Amino acid sequence: MTDLTPLVFSAFGLVLLASAVGVIVARNPVHAVLFLVLAFFTGAGLWMMLEAEFLAITLVLVYVGAVMVLFLFVVMMLNVDLDRLREGFWKYFPVGAVVALIMVVEMVLVVSSRQFSTLGLDGLPAPASYSNTRELGLQLYTNYVYPFELAAVILLVAIVAAIALTLRKRKDSRYVDPSAQVRVKAADRIRVVSMPAEKDPS
Amino acid sequence: MNFTPPLLAPAYPEIFLLMALSALLLLDLVVPDNRRFLTYAYSQLALVATGVLLVGGATGHVFSTFGGMFLDDPLARSLKVVALLAMALVLAYSRTYNQRHGLFRGEFYVLTLFALLGIMVMISANHFLVLYLGLELLSLSTCALIALQRDSSVATEAAMKYFVLAALASGLLLYGLSMLYGATGSLYMPQVANAIASGVADPAILVLGLVTRRAGLSFKLGVVPFHMWVPDVYEGAPTAVTLFVSTVPKIAAFAFFVRMLVGTLSPMVSDWQSMLVIVSVLSMLVGNVTAIAQTNVKRMLAYSTISHMGFLLLGILSGTVGGFAAAMFYVVAYVLMSLGAFGLILLLGREGFEVNSLDDLKGLNKRSPWYAFMMLLVMISMAGIPVSVGFFAKLSVLSAVLDAGMTWLVVFAVLMSLIGAFYYLRVIKLMYMDEPSDISPLVAEADHRILMGLNGMAILVLGIVPQPLIDLCMFSVTRSLGSG
Repeated sequence: MTDLTPLVFSAFGLVLLASAVGVIVARNPVHAVLFLVLAFFTGAGLWMMLEAEFLAITLVLVYVGAVMVLFLFVVMMLNVDLDRLREGFWKYFPVGAVVALIMVVEMVLVVSSRQFSTLGLDGLPAPASYSNTRELGLQLYTNYVYPFELAAVILLVAIVAAIALTLRKRKDSRYVDPSAQVRVKAADRIRVVSMPAEKDPS
Repeated sequence: MNFTPPLLAPAYPEIFLLMALSALLLLDLVVPDNRRFLTYAYSQLALVATGVLLVGGATGHVFSTFGGMFLDDPLARSLKVVALLAMALVLAYSRTYNQRHGLFRGEFYVLTLFALLGIMVMISANHFLVLYLGLELLSLSTCALIALQRDSSVATEAAMKYFVLAALASGLLLYGLSMLYGATGSLYMPQVANAIASGVADPAILVLGLVTRRAGLSFKLGVVPFHMWVPDVYEGAPTAVTLFVSTVPKIAAFAFFVRMLVGTLSPMVSDWQSMLVIVSVLSMLVGNVTAIAQTNVKRMLAYSTISHMGFLLLGILSGTVGGFAAAMFYVVAYVLMSLGAFGLILLLGREGFEVNSLDDLKGLNKRSPWYAFMMLLVMISMAGIPVSVGFFAKLSVLSAVLDAGMTWLVVFAVLMSLIGAFYYLRVIKLMYMDEPSDISPLVAEADHRILMGLNGMAILVLGIVPQPLIDLCMFSVTRSLGSG
């Protein structure tokens, strides 16, 4: 039986590249977002092949599941005027091309430099019982518990700061108070008036 | 896998502060607006209890816990006590101001205490990831504090500037840290120090990393050429927040410099010494010369801070234990002076009115001789005139530089303090010789009056008998860094 790994890798890689190109050439922003979702999915597939299942699952859950859905909402809500966005394309093209060229050169330098040549190449295929997620969890909750807790505190500060800076009590807006609604009694709503029965005049 | 649970005892103060903070978040929810004093009293109580834990647990020895990420040494203990004291004074001074300016809210206390937690984490960090997380905790809380006065466009602008520049500085710092990790293969400070000392690390990468890391650090300390945010933030932020920004975080920045440069990179002393000389010279020059032209008292103090930080770096760049102790003395003295100066400016402000112009200080002696005297003490101390703590701070830093053999630097620093003396003395002239434009007597609450008095007396007393504080700094530094 032949090894299918190169074939699967090429398939994922091609789809990833094609969808990445799709993100930037798609005319419709909703299509672009959907292409980005596809790119994340195939990227997650590649990570899965590297046995980094935790990263792969997180990418799908967090980025595809939460961030991209939010993105899609924003893109749909905002009516982006495409023609105005495309107006300056040729004007900015030379600058963009120079930046892109510099980035390509840098990447080639980094990848081919000796500093990075030894990184991550010593890994033999791990035994079948090896769980990437378990190892990460063990590190995170034992050796790195202190930074982990600190990161949690920073998130707490972010929540406090965001609420402190944005919460405005609007006194003029009409709203329903559920607590008052629940506490209401029949007597508050209907007044039972007892009055003598009246005879039909006729 | 083998794992022994970390020893928590050295970190009790931090753990307690975090728990007290979480309780404050909940407590604040049920406290009605007119009983906000409870939140204030609770915060002060939390500070006092943390201080008791800190002092009670002090042993004078070096411990590390959390797998070596948390370091508890005499230096950390003393710096944390200073930070707590300064924080308590910040909260006490700003209480009346906060009530008048709509800042007397739970968020102010929660965020300042979070910032304090970040400072304590940085002081005790022995791992670069922890150092970075502490820094972010401090920056994020500070940024939110500056923007807390939401309807003020100046404050929002200041917060925006701080946020963007802090993000840039964090990026630079992380870039430098990644270089360090790439060259040495570790983020634990002792291991990094070993790798550098043994010479296995590539020096080119180390120096590049050092440059970017130091740039990030310089932003935090607010020294030239990363000082542009300082005057704008000092001016734009509510004065209560300026009081905080100008005092407590400087202690953390000092600890950061010491831990990174002295604790870890001491084999590279010749590399970072020359960098610090440039930064320090520029800070003293730009700070002192620009301060002369200022008419806004907060901006003037901001430039004065920049020049003080240049002086502080002098102590660190001398590269000797005596120099680090002198720098520590300087930072404590600076915090005392800055607390006094901004405490008085807070007091002068009224409902919906902030003291901004130097002219508002005119004739302060006629309105309140006591406060004018306190401000006089602060100013002569900032100028470094004898019989004040500022004099000894400058003297000890300069003698450390002289010991390191850089006489020209000492001469330059003395010249710069002479220029600086001009604008400090101008404040004294305004207070004592000019006629006040507003003759209403100053009214202040009893606690503010007593604390201002104590603060001024501390400047005077430490100026006459500085030895105990010098001894404490020497003790902390030699016990913690002496062997390295």
